[in-house]
Amino acid sequence: MNMSSLVRTGAGILMPFLLVFGFYIVLHGHLTPGGGFQGGAVIATAFVLLMVAYSYEIIWERISLEFLKNTETLGLMLFILTALIALVAGLAFFGNWLLGAGGLFGTPVSYGINPGDLNTGGVIPILNIAVGLDVLGAMSVIILTMLFAVRRDA
Amino acid sequence: MIGMVIQVLTLSGLILSAGLVWYFRDLLSAAISFGVFSFLLSMEVLFLQAPDVAIAEASIGAGLTTAVFIIAIRATQKVTEADGE
Repeated sequence: MNMSSLVRTGAGILMPFLLVFGFYIVLHGHLTPGGGFQGGAVIATAFVLLMVAYSYEIIWERISLEFLKNTETLGLMLFILTALIALVAGLAFFGNWLLGAGGLFGTPVSYGINPGDLNTGGVIPILNIAVGLDVLGAMSVIILTMLFAVRRDA
Repeated sequence: MIGMVIQVLTLSGLILSAGLVWYFRDLLSAAISFGVFSFLLSMEVLFLQAPDVAIAEASIGAGLTTAVFIIAIRATQKVTEADGE
């Protein structure tokens, strides 16, 4: 059964703002408070808001359990591959092989007080994105499995 | 001084909302009151200058845990005393 029209409209209005805020926390993880785990939890909250507001049949048609599982697997693979490439590059495990290279996330950090540059940090933003994908998939899978288990008339 | 007043108000709200979770007989009201408790806890952590923990507490405590309770409550049926259980 659906929740009331008020709850459904409120969830629809809130969801895009929650998504933007969550991806902001993930992408700025190396500059501002928060990081992969907090941002992934905020994004998962956006999906869970829809699962609470709408009925079982609508969620079953539109949100795929396999897609969320694949998201979690993609995050874990990205995390471990980033750590293993450092071995190929001749550094230690989890070595920062992108730092100072000048390309993606490779700008050297300027000295002194500055507002912070998004294109710094080397491998750290990539690890943040990987953890964000992992947490987003895992938490959504937990709630979605619970919703399917109690589907009798919920 | 103003920080002291805000912290006392927040901690009083924490105790009040925790008492309301115990007081309410309606399960949905108790779940919403628990969400308010988590929100006030994240505000208190923010006042103690730990915004990292505050974001995690607000999203997991006030968002995901309340959603788990609401999904579980939607699967139950309301039994009134007139039905004789």
